[in-house]
Amino acid sequence: MTKTINLTLKVWRQQGPKDKGRFETYHAKNISTDMSFLEMLDVVNDQLTIDDKEPIAFDHDCREGICGMCGCVVNGRAHGAEKGTTLCQLHMRHFDNGDTIAIEPFRAMAFKAIKDLAVDRSALDKIIQAGGYVSVNTGGAQDANAILVPQEVADLAMDAAQCIGCGACVAACPNASAMLFTSAKVSQLALLPQGMPEAAKRALNMVRTMDELGFGNCTNERECEAECPKEISITNIARLNREYLNAGFFSRSI
Amino acid sequence: MNWITGTLGSSIGKKLLMAITGFSFCGFLAAHLAGNLTIYGGKDAFNGYAAHLHALGPLVTVAELGLLTFFLVHVIIGLILFLSNLKARPVRYAVNKSAGGRTLGSATMPYTGAILLAFIIFHLMNFHFVDKTDTTIFNIVSNAFSNTGYVAIYIVAMVAAAIHVSHGFWSAFQTIGANHPKYMPLIRTVSIAFAVVVGIGFGFLPIYIFLLA
Repeated sequence: MTKTINLTLKVWRQQGPKDKGRFETYHAKNISTDMSFLEMLDVVNDQLTIDDKEPIAFDHDCREGICGMCGCVVNGRAHGAEKGTTLCQLHMRHFDNGDTIAIEPFRAMAFKAIKDLAVDRSALDKIIQAGGYVSVNTGGAQDANAILVPQEVADLAMDAAQCIGCGACVAACPNASAMLFTSAKVSQLALLPQGMPEAAKRALNMVRTMDELGFGNCTNERECEAECPKEISITNIARLNREYLNAGFFSRSI
Repeated sequence: MNWITGTLGSSIGKKLLMAITGFSFCGFLAAHLAGNLTIYGGKDAFNGYAAHLHALGPLVTVAELGLLTFFLVHVIIGLILFLSNLKARPVRYAVNKSAGGRTLGSATMPYTGAILLAFIIFHLMNFHFVDKTDTTIFNIVSNAFSNTGYVAIYIVAMVAAAIHVSHGFWSAFQTIGANHPKYMPLIRTVSIAFAVVVGIGFGFLPIYIFLLA
């Protein structure tokens, strides 16, 4: 038989970017512990709709932990307290009957508030547009294995490429810095031969854009690494520092 | 010159300057501590050390100017980073919990830094910018530390220094990109060990002199 729990939710409600916002209290009753956190919010929203009240706006898409669309700060932790888990993969079995849960949006100057728990994370897209790509010529595809990549290096690149761009690193960082995100996106390309021709320009442009967008500065607090649902390591931040300083001082790129 | 200011003015560039100046202060602390330990050799050993140091003449002045420059860079950029980091999150979280990444050192860097700034000014006023014509440095030091208030201030400042260094030392390596799976665990251990050495090494001196007096 399914276990059910009752919860008290303190949810951040904000009409729009101009609204100041406040917490409102809701009661989530008979929540199955097999539900995900987002399904629990769906149940609350159903009730709000029936009561003719405005449902809580929150971001979500795949609900499989791979798209990077969902994310809130639950009881002071981005994506909740479970390690290596997105909010959609956080299940209600991790909560106890009678718990009070505070739900806030990801907060950063670079993430503009949209409504309630939904924030605009397109600043991360702008960092990608500044250099998070490789330029590939059209034409016939070359032979597989024409460029040799050691398995270990490919693994490191894949570890970095796991970043889903959810913004939890920014939300968890005491300084609202986007260094873990940017470092993962720089690393996945800098590690591979295909990324090398544009490596210097990429590091310079992505860091510059990141600074311009109003993200904070990394002070090696390591909260991002601890909170990242894909467990991206801060060794990527060290790699970004190397790439950036190399590009700044020793490459011909300005 | 544009590329220099561009590179150093970025978030990573500012951190590089913090790392280089901070790491230099770690070297300074080690040398300062080594010199101070001569106090355990008695009055003559300590005065002799001071005399040898001052015999270097212009070299001391150059080192002092270098330290002052690094100090200003560290303090000013530290302040800029602190303020811009506050600005990066205008609305704070109502509930804020650590995921386990922060340490006592990393979470208090600006505050331990502010304590050290105040302490360094106090310290220089006491032992550096004083009339030393009719006395020896040992007399000045033992005079100061016969006062329990001075001893307490110095111990608090040295605890702050140890906490500051415990994060600053390893953080400097991470910032210059020196994060290597073979060496990082060692760097982090040395960071804590160095913090303990600074805290106990400097912190016990005022107590020793107080007990001696």
